[in-house]
Amino acid sequence: MYKIVYKKSLNAAVTMMDIQAPLVAKKAQPGQFIILRVDENGERIPLTIAGYNRNEGTVRIIFQIVGSTTAKLNQKSEGESIADFVGPLGTPTHTEGLKKVCIVGGGVGCAIALPVAQKLHDMGCEVHAIIGFRNKDLLILEDEFKAASDRLTIMTDDGSYGKQGVVTVPLKEAIEAGENYDQVIAIGPLIMMKFVVATTKPYGVKTIVSMNPIMIDGTGMCGGCRLTVGGETKFACVDGPDFDGFAVDFDEAMQRSAIYRDFEKHAYEKTCNLFSKEVE
Amino acid sequence: MAANMNPKKNPMPSQPPEVRAHNFQEVATGYTKDTAIDEAMRCLGCKHMPCVSGCPVNIHIPAFIAKIKEGEFEEAYQIIAQSSSLPAVCGRVCPQENQCEKHCVRGIKGEPVGIGRLERFVADWHNTYVQDPPMRPEPNGYKVAVIGAGPAGLACAGDLAKKGYQVTIFEALHTPGGVLVYGIPEFRLPKSIVRREVDALRALGGEIQTNVVVGKTITTDELLHEMGFDAVFIGSGAGLPRFMGIPGEFLKGVYSANEYLTRSNLMRAYQENSDTPIIRAKRVAVVGGGNVAMDAARTALRLGAEKVYIVYRRSMEELPARYEEVEHAMEEGVEMLLLTNPTEILGYNNPEDKRDPRNGFVTGLRCVKMELGEPDERGRRTPVEIPDSEITVDVDAVIMAIGTSPNPLIKNTTSGLEVNARGGIVVTEETGATSMERVYAGGDAVTGAATVILAMGAGKTAASAIDMYLQGLEK
Ligand SMILES: Cc1cc2nc3c(=O)[nH]c(=O)nc-3n(C[C@H](O)[C@H](O)[C@H](O)COP(=O)(O)OP(=O)(O)OC[C@H]3O[C@@H](n4cnc5c(N)ncnc54)[C@H](O)[C@@H]3O)c2cc1C
Ligand SMILES: Cc1cc2nc3c(=O)[nH]c(=O)nc-3n(C[C@H](O)[C@H](O)[C@H](O)COP(=O)(O)OP(=O)(O)OC[C@H]3O[C@@H](n4cnc5c(N)ncnc54)[C@H](O)[C@@H]3O)c2cc1C
Ligand code: SF4
Ligand code: FES
Repeated sequence: MYKIVYKKSLNAAVTMMDIQAPLVAKKAQPGQFIILRVDENGERIPLTIAGYNRNEGTVRIIFQIVGSTTAKLNQKSEGESIADFVGPLGTPTHTEGLKKVCIVGGGVGCAIALPVAQKLHDMGCEVHAIIGFRNKDLLILEDEFKAASDRLTIMTDDGSYGKQGVVTVPLKEAIEAGENYDQVIAIGPLIMMKFVVATTKPYGVKTIVSMNPIMIDGTGMCGGCRLTVGGETKFACVDGPDFDGFAVDFDEAMQRSAIYRDFEKHAYEKTCNLFSKEVE
Repeated sequence: MAANMNPKKNPMPSQPPEVRAHNFQEVATGYTKDTAIDEAMRCLGCKHMPCVSGCPVNIHIPAFIAKIKEGEFEEAYQIIAQSSSLPAVCGRVCPQENQCEKHCVRGIKGEPVGIGRLERFVADWHNTYVQDPPMRPEPNGYKVAVIGAGPAGLACAGDLAKKGYQVTIFEALHTPGGVLVYGIPEFRLPKSIVRREVDALRALGGEIQTNVVVGKTITTDELLHEMGFDAVFIGSGAGLPRFMGIPGEFLKGVYSANEYLTRSNLMRAYQENSDTPIIRAKRVAVVGGGNVAMDAARTALRLGAEKVYIVYRRSMEELPARYEEVEHAMEEGVEMLLLTNPTEILGYNNPEDKRDPRNGFVTGLRCVKMELGEPDERGRRTPVEIPDSEITVDVDAVIMAIGTSPNPLIKNTTSGLEVNARGGIVVTEETGATSMERVYAGGDAVTGAATVILAMGAGKTAASAIDMYLQGLEK
């Protein structure tokens, strides 16, 4: 069992937790993820390592409540435990030699992007961050990003905070203004990453994306997380989750992410009903 | 006692096909005491013991069968236990028809003795009636790490624990058992049997740490140099699935057998209360002809499929699956499309509406018919395509069961560990010793996908080599 030592709600739909997992904390690197199961009948779901404390032996996760498992996880309180927590999985984000980087985060993807931004910033790399949310209520990690970047641009779809518009607008402006990024790192919904790539490709700015297909084992055993990258089959859990954005087949990935839509909807409704009954 | 000269084996009591095809309970229910004794009476107790030479771990077959004849089932069990760590498992899943039973004298005129069925009977009898005395051997001061809790790892850990070694198994998944829990379905191998083996290891003082991926969470080098283990055994299996590389493999409804079986077995997607989803397809094609393919096909039936095909490019004779499993599958209604090779998986695509939720789901499997050509160097006749023989089968799921290879994770993170061209760890066969000092390996991680008994045997071999090595150091 893995104890939840700290829990904080970042907004109505996003929660942060620190989990006691010393072996994972010891090895974790930005860009890697864990797989957890909340309880005995639980599904295995991947979440990115949003931070770690090697001394305390804790690993931070930040998750958006989107369905049944994330809802169950969010029901757990500080001091309670979850059944399984395994990692660190995947290949760490490559940061060597980078001098100037633009990090583009969308929604909860910002949680995944933050440790990468922090590492680059600590290395002395110039970090420009563009983070986007649907509206002000969904904004997370503003202070953390401010601390980890040399320039921070916040975008909201409705203009309720920061500037109004999507993240690709300021990205394109920056590139056109002559910011010579060694790399753009985009982390967020598939559709956002697809558009980031469409923005950077004409300028030939190398763009790394963090893919999040449906996973089970996270060790290369099931092949469920397969993607087409540059015409080759890759397993996101071991070969990724970071890939060269220009080579990823996003349309295929988007189609595959909806395999279990009906099941998930049903399971979510069931979980919500269960919890609302408990409350009554 | 006169031998029972009936040319046929006592049939295995089983659930009727039309019933069992819709439930996950064990298909074969096992011999009764009387049937077991009757079957044992068919054994001639041959002095030259041809059956034993066919057994990969040389179980003393005529001796244990002789004990069954006398009704001394526990003694029969103890004889098997001298050579095998997992009798209840092997009695169920061993390909006896290619091993002990293939060499049985009774098989010359009629059917061989049902050695596997007798092994299973004896193991189940022991598990039901005998409480193993708690045994905690005196610790001998050595620590051994075992990577992977499949049959190879469990067997190695068990033998070492019995000798007083402090053994820790590191397992990547959340449940120990390897393929026995994530691959082979409940209806062929009840999970309670695997759990019992795991509990027995724990009772001996063996520790199992789940959720540890060696190569990620910790490395082999750390085990040896920082964590104080005197030796390491690698039994990490051959879990990396292969795909065919044909168009359409990314459609929704295409699974590797590993994924499909893992969802159903390990994650229990077949049960109502599991949170893990699985596509409940109505028409399913399983590509491949091994045990894995049969398990996937029969699982699909039990998950509610109305039509299940096995698509295999050679003929019935070359089918690598155990005969019994093929027979069971066919009785349950699985249709065999032999000499048939897939060329493309077809999917739904509504050109009018890109957001149509049906888009991207499997609708069919296009195949060509094959015929068998010249034998290759191993004597297997190579299938060749028959021109203009295309067929299309309507299906909504395709499961690829065309083989697996060793996962490169440990190799990639362990400097100095030698592997062969197929990714198998190179070992000295008699000992399981790898290219690294104090590191041993066995099972599918070495041989590629093989059998439970070979993996178990390799675990035992390495345990005794590790023991000799470490005891040798003392002198
Ligand atoms: C490498 C990786 C890192 C991730 N990091 C984060 C993170 O830091 N924070 C965060 O909020 N989310 C992250 N995700 C997504 C997260 O795993 C899903 O939101 C979660 O699994 C949803 O589960 P659910 O049961 O609550 O929702 P469901 O209702 O089951 O599913 C909602 C959506 O989540 C996705 N999903 C469902 N099951 C899985 C699964 N087993 N594996 C992957 N995706 C699945 C599907 O696309 C689905 O449409 C990551 C995914 C991957 C692959
Ligand atoms: C569906 C199916 C049906 C089969 N049917 C039969 C049958 O009827 N008869 C028969 O004899 N054989 C059968 N086999 C083959 C048999 O199951 C295998 O040969 C046998 O299980 C191999 O044992 P193993 O211990 O070497 O590996 P595995 O059983 O594969 O166990 C390896 C274990 O190591 C773990 N692991 C892997 N990498 C790591 C890591 N880096 N760190 C920590 N842990 C790790 C895995 O999670 C796994 O638990 C079947 C196989 C399958 C897939
Ligand atoms: S070969 Fe057959 S008959 Fe002879 S001892 Fe072995 S099991 Fe018995
Ligand atoms: S999650 Fe199973 S292979 Fe990647």
